[in-house]
Amino acid sequence: MSDASTILKAGTPAPDFSLPVTPDQRVSLSEFRGRPVILAFYPADWSPVCGDQLALYNEILSEFHKHHAELLGISVDSAWCHGAYAAQRKLHFPLLSDFEPKGEVARRYGAYREREGTAARALFVIDGEGIIRWSYLSPTGVNPGADGILEALESLDAGAHAGSPGGAA
Amino acid sequence: MTTIQQGTLRPPVGAEDHVLGPEDAPVTLVEYGDFQCPHCRRAHGVLPKVLERLGPRVRFVFRHFPLAESHPNAVHAAEAAESVAAQAGEDAFWRMHDLMYDHQRDSDDSLDDEHLVRYAERAGADAATVALDLAGDTYEPVIKASFMTGVRSGVNGTPTFFINGARFEGDWTRVESFAAALEEVPT
Repeated sequence: MSDASTILKAGTPAPDFSLPVTPDQRVSLSEFRGRPVILAFYPADWSPVCGDQLALYNEILSEFHKHHAELLGISVDSAWCHGAYAAQRKLHFPLLSDFEPKGEVARRYGAYREREGTAARALFVIDGEGIIRWSYLSPTGVNPGADGILEALESLDAGAHAGSPGGAA
Repeated sequence: MTTIQQGTLRPPVGAEDHVLGPEDAPVTLVEYGDFQCPHCRRAHGVLPKVLERLGPRVRFVFRHFPLAESHPNAVHAAEAAESVAAQAGEDAFWRMHDLMYDHQRDSDDSLDDEHLVRYAERAGADAATVALDLAGDTYEPVIKASFMTGVRSGVNGTPTFFINGARFEGDWTRVESFAAALEEVPT
């Protein structure tokens, strides 16, 4: 994967952000300080591969919660679109709207695809202190599954800390 | 943190698995499937032809990966298959597997408990025992365990296939391409 070097790597402080989660509510990364956060950037609501990916994460939320981790989905879709999508797919985790300025948060994580104008399919596991502990950029069209996320969360639990090599690519 | 190789089958195929084909086959094809998933049903139409083409060079393994949030009957369907296998053996498991895919689209309720018990009886199991197993969720832990092996192996939707332990990212929807992928695998 030649472009894997573009996304923020393990050991980097996660850039804070505040994004709409519903048309009248915002969520900040810093609100989750003290427990792990999984950021799942994905290209778009409604596209079939993302649907599978988010549906899978939806099924295994309880596994993420065992590690006290919060899962946040992020795409450039609007909060209205996210609302309809989450309701239709019965998603039980928040979808954040990186809509205005478009893709700004994705850019800060190195996870924006200029040509397509969408977020890449990129995963970040952030520890309770706000440091990225694992990141992974999936090839376009390939749904990354959840094995990497769970291993990263287990490593956090085991107390693996700064300086350790991270990343799967 | 160790480097993570995503999409590797864990654990490898073992005594707990439902296996079709010779144990010493050079190619092992594993499917993580959901009996209520329309894509798995589609794969079910392709697989017999692919397996026939490969003959004794391939063995096929089915592991449960029911997406309960998307498919409300999928977990009980998987439990019914395990109940049938426990009572009536592996041949009956495969008959049950085929019956559920063959009837998946008959109607909206074609995989409800009532229908599952009927298929189980046709597959060779005792209807009352299967009904009790479903009511008590006897095999729920087995299904959950299978599901988690899928999650840890990098299953990313259904169906997900592994060829000799590596997640298959190619096209399984056509006999030609799927069989070619299996024939080309280094053994």
